[in-house]
Amino acid sequence: MNNGLKITFLGVVALAILFLSPFAGMQWISLRELSSSSGDEITKEIFWTLRVPRVLTAFLAGSTLALGGMTFQALFRNPLATPFTLGVASGASLGASVAVTLGFTISILGIGGTSMGAFLGALLAMSLVYGLTRLKEGFSTGTMLLSGVAISFFFSSLILFLQYSADLYNAFRMLRWVMGGLGLVGYDSLFNILPFTLSGVAILYFLTHELNLMLAGDDLALSRGVDVNKVKRILFFTVSLMVGSVVAVCGPIGFVGMMMPHIARKLVGADHRWLTPATFLAGGAFLVLCDTLARMVFAPAELPVGILTAFLGGPFFIWLLLREKVDRV
Amino acid sequence: MTSPMIKVSNVSVVLGGSTVLESIDLQVQQGDSLAIIGPNGAGKTTLLKCMNRLVVPRSGSIEIQGHRQDELDQRDLAKIVGYVPQSDGNSLPFSVFEFVLMSRYPHLSPFASVTTEDKDVAYAALDKTGTRKFAERPLDTLSGGEHQQIMIAAALAQGAEVLLLDEPATFLDYRHQVSVSNLLKELHTKESLTLVTVTHDINVALQTSTRIIALKEGRIVFDDSPEVLLESGKLESIFDTSFESLTQPSSSVPWLIPRGSGDE
Repeated sequence: MNNGLKITFLGVVALAILFLSPFAGMQWISLRELSSSSGDEITKEIFWTLRVPRVLTAFLAGSTLALGGMTFQALFRNPLATPFTLGVASGASLGASVAVTLGFTISILGIGGTSMGAFLGALLAMSLVYGLTRLKEGFSTGTMLLSGVAISFFFSSLILFLQYSADLYNAFRMLRWVMGGLGLVGYDSLFNILPFTLSGVAILYFLTHELNLMLAGDDLALSRGVDVNKVKRILFFTVSLMVGSVVAVCGPIGFVGMMMPHIARKLVGADHRWLTPATFLAGGAFLVLCDTLARMVFAPAELPVGILTAFLGGPFFIWLLLREKVDRV
Repeated sequence: MTSPMIKVSNVSVVLGGSTVLESIDLQVQQGDSLAIIGPNGAGKTTLLKCMNRLVVPRSGSIEIQGHRQDELDQRDLAKIVGYVPQSDGNSLPFSVFEFVLMSRYPHLSPFASVTTEDKDVAYAALDKTGTRKFAERPLDTLSGGEHQQIMIAAALAQGAEVLLLDEPATFLDYRHQVSVSNLLKELHTKESLTLVTVTHDINVALQTSTRIIALKEGRIVFDDSPEVLLESGKLESIFDTSFESLTQPSSSVPWLIPRGSGDE
């Protein structure tokens, strides 16, 4: 099967998942219940204001996280690199924890205090990583990766301190936030993420040739004519903003960003002209599936989706390590 | 008079606090096959990388075909200068043809995909290097020698007029050492390519180049023809070791064997 057909197939599967998921949940909703005028108003309300926006947000969040992972894996030539490795998750978690500690509850443009804190935290982490990388001569990916790991550890200790010194209620709110989840209502979150995702996808699609050449390392990419430092900066900030917006709304949902690009790569190969749409579709569809499962397994209780993605991601990680030969990205 | 292909003027490079190159002046003319030799740590690779802006000098200037290198767009530089790095044993998850086609990047406009013409150029590069038979093979199934030939093909597909080669035949078995050397000689004579080759192997330099530059402790200590390099005492002063010269029945160029400095 050629790559065009594979992407079409993936697109059809993703659409089917997108279309069917809102009907599934604690209570199944049938098409008849929605269409008939005599249908239950509460059921319609649940469908249109809870499930549909939630499924769409999950799709956008999943595809954005997966694209972020794909880009960073190419940028750092490392199969385990994701924006989370570079401190986005810890930055966002610190921001959210600070917001909880200080009691920020004001909502601006439909964005709650915790989300705002998380977004700012993610941007702070990325700016620090960027600044530290700039301090050293050149713009080395190795320095960037190590700065990210160092910032992550540093922020994690601050988060633990905040949790330790918080009262039980706030400590639980912080802990719950870190698990990641999509328990949201209405379309606000979707519209908050959408502009970041759309512009991010456009930029990534514009840079697919560059991403392919960056796999060969800085020297070879430069000698082929890629303005490596400029491309790195663009990719770094694009992905930071995209992923920052998702984490602000959904919390740090782990492993989608690392896992889905690898699966997409197995399907269509490493050429980013195909890999970008495949990762977008696979990431989106996967998170929608996980979230639907998270709504159903312990119904009426809901499982934070982050638990489920990490639960599936852990074994995948091991499989990746134990495979005869780890695919080079 | 036409501008030299590459003109390096008073270039000094400092890396990690130590001076790697000092006041280098050098002109590479169109059609040169230049070898850069010297002991380990002399700055050979750094000088090569300067010509391609992979290393930025602390002072001095570099011109490429009369244009200031630091004012050239990266793509325009890539259209003139191609680079074949030292093999690091890593290969990419692409087929040979896909990889060679990727070198057409400097000729692509944004959002545009590769054209039939780009594909023709890529196939022609494979033909010139005798590697078309590998076209569909994944890069990671190639041997070291085949991989090196593909790297040269990719630099050709890039459309470059000068190839900068970093130890192109090192770590290859004898057969592939010969085939890579022959390929480079052929590209120099038939395709009129300008070659700048870094090598630590004095025999490779003598066999394949028309001009040799020797670096020692970051400075140029020799810049002349291979014949002059063979004059008494020259090589000894560069490498701090003496050489025995053997006559080859099939070539007028002697084969050199390092003999030691005498006090060992």
